This record gives sequence, structure tokens and C-alpha cells, in this order.
Amino acid sequence: MQGESYYSPNPAAATSATGNDTIHSMADSAVHPSLSSVVQAAATTPRHSAVVRVTHWLTALCFLALLVSGIEIVISHPRFYWGEAGNVLTPSLFNLPIPASRASLPTGYSFVLPDQNGWSRSLHFEAAWIAVLTGLLYVAWGLLTGHFRNQLFPSGSDLRWVSLSRILAGHLRLKPPGAEEAWSYNVLQRLTYLCVIFVLFPLMIWTGLAMSPAVVSAFPGAMTVFGGQQSARTLHFFDTALLALFLIVHIGMVCLAGFRNRMRAMITGRAEAQKEHS
Amino acid sequence: MNTLSRRKLITAGLAATAGVSGLAVAARMADRHGLIPPDCGGIYGLGHTLTYASHRILTANSLAREFPRSEISKTPYANGKPPKDAEFKHLEAGGFADWRIAIEGLVARPASLSLADLKAHSSRSQITQLACEEGWSFIAEWTGVPLAEVLNAAGILPQARYVLYYSIQRNWLGSVDMADAMHPQTLLTYGMNGGELPVGHGGPLRLRVPRQLGYKSVKFINRLKVTDNLDELPKGKSYSWYAGI
Repeated sequence: MQGESYYSPNPAAATSATGNDTIHSMADSAVHPSLSSVVQAAATTPRHSAVVRVTHWLTALCFLALLVSGIEIVISHPRFYWGEAGNVLTPSLFNLPIPASRASLPTGYSFVLPDQNGWSRSLHFEAAWIAVLTGLLYVAWGLLTGHFRNQLFPSGSDLRWVSLSRILAGHLRLKPPGAEEAWSYNVLQRLTYLCVIFVLFPLMIWTGLAMSPAVVSAFPGAMTVFGGQQSARTLHFFDTALLALFLIVHIGMVCLAGFRNRMRAMITGRAEAQKEHS
Repeated sequence: MNTLSRRKLITAGLAATAGVSGLAVAARMADRHGLIPPDCGGIYGLGHTLTYASHRILTANSLAREFPRSEISKTPYANGKPPKDAEFKHLEAGGFADWRIAIEGLVARPASLSLADLKAHSSRSQITQLACEEGWSFIAEWTGVPLAEVLNAAGILPQARYVLYYSIQRNWLGSVDMADAMHPQTLLTYGMNGGELPVGHGGPLRLRVPRQLGYKSVKFINRLKVTDNLDELPKGKSYSWYAGI
């Protein structure tokens, strides 16, 4: 593991390296160009460590499996309630305006979708296990290496309203990010990722466990804080909506920032060393 | 270079051997401690096994949540339809006085018990939730005799690993491991909310397993079998065998 030095390539060194013969001056661990691929080292700069890349794609795969299987499960009862219990005879909090995979529900549609709960449920929990184990590995690694402290926690000055509003305005105008964002995260990105990692995913796991009669029997105090199994199910759904929204915006931002280079960075670990725009 | 790569190869080989044998030992130990579910194979076996093993460790002594009387649902939903066959109709017409449940398999004293025989045992009432895998739920007070008491009276043989429970409905059965079979809240349930268990909710007799989802609480039970294998379970069903979730 290269630790943090892996993450903080000197952008000036990387930029100068693209142009001329100063390559040997940057032969340090920060960029660690292998001599056999000087050309590649000159054109790209390290961006994401192996742990980030592997956990990113595992999580992406699991999230997709969880989303698809979760949708399959929810169409067997697209009604939501608040509190301990709720069923088709109870007034609902809201209904999804979609057909259901069970004939016992009054959906307003004349047809019933095929029941896919068997494989959906098994896939849902298997993907949840892999996602949770991946997440634990990532969080443990992030705490040990200072990844969160150095890469994700915004600095005090970044959190000032002037700075936040400037970046927000740029985002709202769909302005492509500047060159500095090829090797670092902007403050909105940092806050969003922190929220996904430390709020939305933990809440998803927590509300998921709160629906399990066995887990509730083992940890009643920690599992009833949501106000009941049906409340937990409803929050699980809202959390899904937020994570799906994150996924859409995330992919949109990757496209806006340069799909090829961002994908290359998350797959190979190296990003194109862009010249600073003056 | 050559010696280095050979050393690396040997180290990697030893590490791989140690890893595989470590896993094999872990699997054997897990099996001995009853942490491997019957559906541990196949593409979903990993998820089934992790869930079952962790729940068996974490819920070894836990009790399903019981609710205050005020939480009893005013609209308990009776899912599915009661059996339509003549045998069930005939028993229902007679107020289920002739309903009997057979206790067989790995027991010292096989028996056939009427509802009156079950009611002669000590009864237990508990207000628990029934949560269906579809997503809906209700809370009711369930009254019955703990399955453990009936099994103990029949004398469980030491090879026992599972209990199969059969519905009067053709090809409908459930099964639990001995941990859930002997759990104090696993009830052969004949009463609900102070009255007889309605036919819509599985009357006259339903096995309630409150730490698992509703599909493990099979209705219209007329036969119990203590066994050391689950060969009788239908193959190819992908609903997880363990449903504590």
C-alpha cells in the first residue's frame, strides 16, 4: 500500500512531465513511473488506489443487484405504512402507482405481474452481504490510511458559503470541472460521498436489519428506534430513492467531467494529466 | 530472480493450501455447530449461509419481540384461501373435534393428538408480529402449546436435526432446525386474539415461528416429523430455507 503519497501527485510535476524531458526529476514514490512505461507515466498520473477501485466496482455491482431485486420485491406489495404493522386492510401512508405481482392487492391495474420474489430475495441478501463486507473493508482501510481525512473531509475554508455557492453555481450551470478536479474532489463531491458512505449506506443496512424478526429479537433496542418494522421498510424505500438519485447524478457528473478519463481512472487507477487552463 | 520467484511460488502455494484447509476446517466446525443451512449450495448459498450462521450465533437465546395489547392489529389480514377439499370441509363441519396431529419420526413414543389433547398441555399466549415476505404484517395474540413441550413428551431421539411440519393441503410443508423447534415461542397455535384460531389464519392448528417470516408459519398442520435430513423438501425452490431474514 502506498498510503497517502499515492494520492497526492504533485500536479505541477505531472504537468511538466507531459511536455519535455524532466521525467527523471519526478521519479519518486508519489508518481512511481515504471521505467518500462515512461510514455504512459508521462501522459497519466495516479488517481485511485487499488482498494478504492476494487471496492468501488464491487459496491456498484452489489448496488445494481440490490436495486433490481429490491424493485422485484417491492412490487409484491407496493404499499407503504408507518408504525409497527400494516397490510392491505390498513390505511397506507402512500401507494406506488404501479401494478403488483400479487392478485390480492387493489392496484387499479387489471393484470398481475409475475412473482419473482424467490430469486430476488436470495439475490438481495447475498448482494447485501457482499456490499456490507466490501464496505467494512473500505471503511477500515480508509480510517487506517487517512483516506477519509485527506481525500473526503472538506477543509474549513471550503465549507464557507462563498466557496460552496461558487461550486454549486458551477454545477447548476453544468460547467465542466476544472483541471484541478482530475486529481482531487471538490467540496460538494466530498460532502456527497461522505453522506453516501456514512449516512445513506449505514441507514440502509440499519433499516434493512430492522425488518428482520430475528435481528429485532436479538437487538430490540437498536432496531425499534425507527418506530416499527413498517416504518423501517418505508425508510428503506426512501433511502433507496436517495441512493438511486445519487447514482443518476454520479453518472451524469462522470459524463460531464469526461467519461473516458474518469472511467479510466476508476478502472486502471491512472488519469490523464491535464494541463492547467490559464 | 529465479530463486525469488521460486520462493514466491512456494510461499503462495503454502498460503493457498493453508487458506483452503483453513476454510475446510471452518466449514466442518460450522457444520458441527449447526451453522450451515440446507440451502448452502448454489449461487445463493453464500448469502443463505452467512445469514443463517450469523443469526444462529446472534439469536441463540433471543426472544421474538412481544407487543402490548394496544398494538394488536384491528385488521389482521388472512392471506390465501382455506383448503376446499372434502376432508377439510368435513372436519370443519364437525368443529374440528376430529382434527388430529401425528407426531412421528425420530421420537421414542410416536403419537396422534387431538386439539383437546394439545389444550391439555400447558398453554402459552404471546402478542407477536406476523410479517410476510411480501412486505405486509399484522400483530395478534397467539395461543398454543410450545412445540418443545409436545416433542419432549414424545421423546426426541439424539439424531434429531430438523422438524418437518405438514399442512393438510397437499404438498405443503415447512421445516425448522431444532434450535427453532425447541424455542419457547414456537407454538402449535390453536387460538388467536382470545378465540379459536380462525380458518383464514390457519385454524384449527398453525405452527407459529415468530422469529421468522410468515412463510415458515404453515397453516392447517396435521403431521409433525422429527428427522435428521430434509430430503423430502421440494427441490429447486429458491425461497431461502431460513427466513429470519
